[in-house]
Amino acid sequence: MAHFPKPSEGSWTEHFKIDTEPVSYADSISPEHYELERDAIFRRTWLNVGRVEQLPRKGSYFTKELDAARASVIVVRGTDGEVRAFHNVCRHRGNKLVWDDFPREETKGNCRAFTCKYHAWRYDLEGKLTFVQQESEFFDLDKSRYGLLPVHAEVWEGFIFVNLDPDNTTSLKDYLGRFGQGIEGYPFHKLTQVHKYRAEIGSNWKLFIDAFAEFYHAPILHSGQYVADEAAKIKKYGYEALSYDIDGPHSMVSSWGGIAPPKARAMVKPIERALRSGLFGPWEEPDIGLTTEQLPPAINPTRSKVWGMDSFVFFPNFMLLVWRPNWVLTYHYWPTSHHTHIFEGTAYFVPPQNAFQRLQQELAVVSFKEYGLQDGNTLEATQTMLESRTLDEFPLCDQEVLLRHLHTTARKFVDSYAKQPSTAS
Amino acid sequence: MANVFPADFAALEPYADWALQGERARYAKRVASSMEELQAFYDVAFPLLDKGTEYLEKVTLDGIGDEDKHLLWAFCSLVTVAFPVEAWGQPRVPDSGPSSIDAVVEPVV
Ligand code: FES
Ligand SMILES: [Fe+2]
Repeated sequence: MAHFPKPSEGSWTEHFKIDTEPVSYADSISPEHYELERDAIFRRTWLNVGRVEQLPRKGSYFTKELDAARASVIVVRGTDGEVRAFHNVCRHRGNKLVWDDFPREETKGNCRAFTCKYHAWRYDLEGKLTFVQQESEFFDLDKSRYGLLPVHAEVWEGFIFVNLDPDNTTSLKDYLGRFGQGIEGYPFHKLTQVHKYRAEIGSNWKLFIDAFAEFYHAPILHSGQYVADEAAKIKKYGYEALSYDIDGPHSMVSSWGGIAPPKARAMVKPIERALRSGLFGPWEEPDIGLTTEQLPPAINPTRSKVWGMDSFVFFPNFMLLVWRPNWVLTYHYWPTSHHTHIFEGTAYFVPPQNAFQRLQQELAVVSFKEYGLQDGNTLEATQTMLESRTLDEFPLCDQEVLLRHLHTTARKFVDSYAKQPSTAS
Repeated sequence: MANVFPADFAALEPYADWALQGERARYAKRVASSMEELQAFYDVAFPLLDKGTEYLEKVTLDGIGDEDKHLLWAFCSLVTVAFPVEAWGQPRVPDSGPSSIDAVVEPVV
């Protein structure tokens, strides 16, 4: 039973010319393939590492561990107000420059210079080496040659991205393409109330994107989140998206609204009724200066009246969800091995004006966490069985078109990288 | 001893230990509690939340007083307790096994 129209080819998957054959998940269980992905993907594409609000003042900085790219970066706002990124490595003997008690943990703060804990070499906020302990002991040391190694950093709509490829020539704007352009103008800067969650997940990074790039599983895996009658109805209804779209390596799914607010209050759990909120966010949207109809064109692209949210997958590991009640959720998936990764989920709201609104937002993020726990643990079960290699191909349906695209894209990056003689060494 | 909560919410006083700052602490208490304990807190707190909308809408977060802050934290606890009581029938998310998701950045209040 079709609820929403599909392209004339009869399916999204055929429309985007991705094959419809069963897929292999070898790319998610092979340590060798993962090693290739590190160089082919994570050292070459634009990666979102945070937002400008995390750097409120001159001298504000944070570090980001990019294990997959074999890098740690310092992101800092300079004395000129510019956002820059540097490799977090001291030029003297290679110590990690910025860290607190635990060298492997990320940190943040505000400073006027970065001083190495080892021998006190010092760098200014622009990365210049400004002090060398016992400089006269060195051999004609030219300090200007030993500044911090810069990393490409650019900002899109307040989101800070880095690119570790020194030869990269694609601007962030070009990289983000049609979706990036079509989202521009969304007032992200007004959504400064932040809740952030982090989890260590026992699966390949792409498998969690798979779980969040389709909603086919939602009526089943998450059925306990609904009242019983409603769960049965939803299961019968199944899930269909309003539309899917693909642009280069990126993709998006536009979804109908579900339950914010519900058609009948009996559909939702008592706490949702009391707080007028739930997984879809507070039912009454705050003023962000734009009505739903005025949202930038990439958001609710079909201009559907029943629209509820969009999920954008910016390759490789940044997902941006825009919800109808004017809030935003981002997901990041940071690989740490072929079968582990760190998941980050960050919710952005307009700051609440009173305690009731604060509770509405709390319910939204706590609901997200309960769902996330169900997803995350399921993934571990998936990973171990994929690794058993009992099966080697899996049929994906048309509502799973973004998964096909993700795995196909990741494989293409690896294949074209492996073909380049200059970089494959 | 001074009240923990505003006078209208005095029924919550026996549950003052749920007035915890931070989602991590509240979640930890939830999973360390029995269903009976969760249900007892829920049964007292939920009606107060249900009736308390108007009051809570008047509490601004800038310069929030201690009693209101405790109330807000206790209701945040109610939010997390609502899942076992209304949906799961157990303190942990079913099938969530050893997995965890931790709050790492939270609003101050
Ligand atoms: S390694 Fe940094 S000062 Fe020696
Ligand atoms: Fe899910």
